[in-house]
Amino acid sequence: MANFSTNEFKSGLKIMLDGEPCNILENEFVKPGKGQAFSRVKIRKLISGKVIEKTFKSGDSVEGADVLDTELAYLYTDGEFWHFMNNDTFEQIAADEKAVGENVKWLVENDTCTITLWNGAPIVVQPANFVELEITETDPGLKGDTAGTGGKPATLSSGAVVRVPLFVQTGEVVRVDTRNGEYVSRAQK
Amino acid sequence: MGTENWRPTASIEVLKQRAIVLQKIRQFFAERDVLEVDTPVLSHATVTDEHLHSFSTQFKHPFSPQASTLYLQTSPEFAMKRLLCAGSGAIYQICKSFRNEEAGRFHNPEFTLLEWYRPGFTHLQLMTEIDELMQMVLGCDIAERVTYQDIFKLHLGCCPLTASLSDIKTLANHYGYDELTASENNKDTLLMLLFSQHVEPQIGQDRPCFVMDFPASQAALAKISPTDPLVAERFELYFKGMELANGFHELTDGPEQLRRFEQDNTKRQNLGLDMIPIDKNFIAALHFGLPACSGVALGVDRLLMLALSCSEINHVIAFENSRA
Repeated sequence: MANFSTNEFKSGLKIMLDGEPCNILENEFVKPGKGQAFSRVKIRKLISGKVIEKTFKSGDSVEGADVLDTELAYLYTDGEFWHFMNNDTFEQIAADEKAVGENVKWLVENDTCTITLWNGAPIVVQPANFVELEITETDPGLKGDTAGTGGKPATLSSGAVVRVPLFVQTGEVVRVDTRNGEYVSRAQK
Repeated sequence: MGTENWRPTASIEVLKQRAIVLQKIRQFFAERDVLEVDTPVLSHATVTDEHLHSFSTQFKHPFSPQASTLYLQTSPEFAMKRLLCAGSGAIYQICKSFRNEEAGRFHNPEFTLLEWYRPGFTHLQLMTEIDELMQMVLGCDIAERVTYQDIFKLHLGCCPLTASLSDIKTLANHYGYDELTASENNKDTLLMLLFSQHVEPQIGQDRPCFVMDFPASQAALAKISPTDPLVAERFELYFKGMELANGFHELTDGPEQLRRFEQDNTKRQNLGLDMIPIDKNFIAALHFGLPACSGVALGVDRLLMLALSCSEINHVIAFENSRA
């Protein structure tokens, strides 16, 4: 993999740090008037998800990470692995529990997910920003309440629990923002 | 088509405020009988400091077959000192200065410097005058004064002057700079890193803070202290996380200045950087005689950021570099 100098650092560049692939989030130029220039970089470690700050001397370089984002459709899970397919090439890839992590609760069959591959192996599974899931269980709301103030918890078919307005009932399909886990609307039929 | 890049990066309101602040600064110096001067931004020589990168261009004289290299000045220091040697007395200048390889939230490759010199002033007296200017422009309190050594010790628990390279490396490792220290054997580089990341954010939050007595190894164009050979009579001014000004009790010793320039070029050579032609006119002026004086360069754009509560330099200059 190629090396990247601090002047190539920009948001989205993937580099290796402590043996872990990382994504650069921000790069700030730091320089005393009469002194050495530095790059203070905000980095997300892709496997642990940790966000850290790192300072490099201007002109220093680091190894790039062979990281690639691919758009794959979610197929099914066999309990140990989650299987995804490239709809153009029909090539399949299996991600383990570590890669899927908490996002397991947003996986909907046939939905397109972004899979981050490092050296060809999946390390992060990112669901679509919005998914539609059926409510499998929620308390029946109070009759006549249409304002939906406060809301109530609802369990979705994937296992996720989200707060929904009181008027939404078991069996309905709702649209959820996976980035914050918030109810958006009833699904459009 | 459809591009918004023709628009200024500063609002017209900010530009009006900028004009008012510049007017106030000129008034400040007029009242104190300091002469406004205007020196060349293009010169045959430039600064040799390994950390400063000058832009250069080619001048084709109509009567010369060969083009010559001219440098855009990183500050008007050399030319202003030549005026002092020629008997100008106290002078100031508000001018564009240029530094290559610098851009960011607090940096634009071309920026406005306010530089002034006070014959007969020590750096401590000059600091008092800078303080008055700050209070006039920003309405802030009287600045605090600390030494580099004390403030470094206070925040990092280690004496920057007497610590060895390996002490400083251990300290930097403690703050998580292991990778940087592994390949860095310049103590000053590590001091600059630690100071900028762990001292600067802690000082000058409520009122401006002068940091005095920089390590002698970072003297630049300052005199070495007559009482302590480990420190230079150099100071910096910080306010709200920004470095605003750098000043010296000026080195007047021509041979010593030439030696420092040559030393800079040796360092440049070792780092694989271009050697810089030494400003012979400046050295000759020092040989003729620079009156004892103190001088300071203050970043006007940053002063405006503070005066107008702007978080980015773009917002106080009409057109930031990418739109220039």
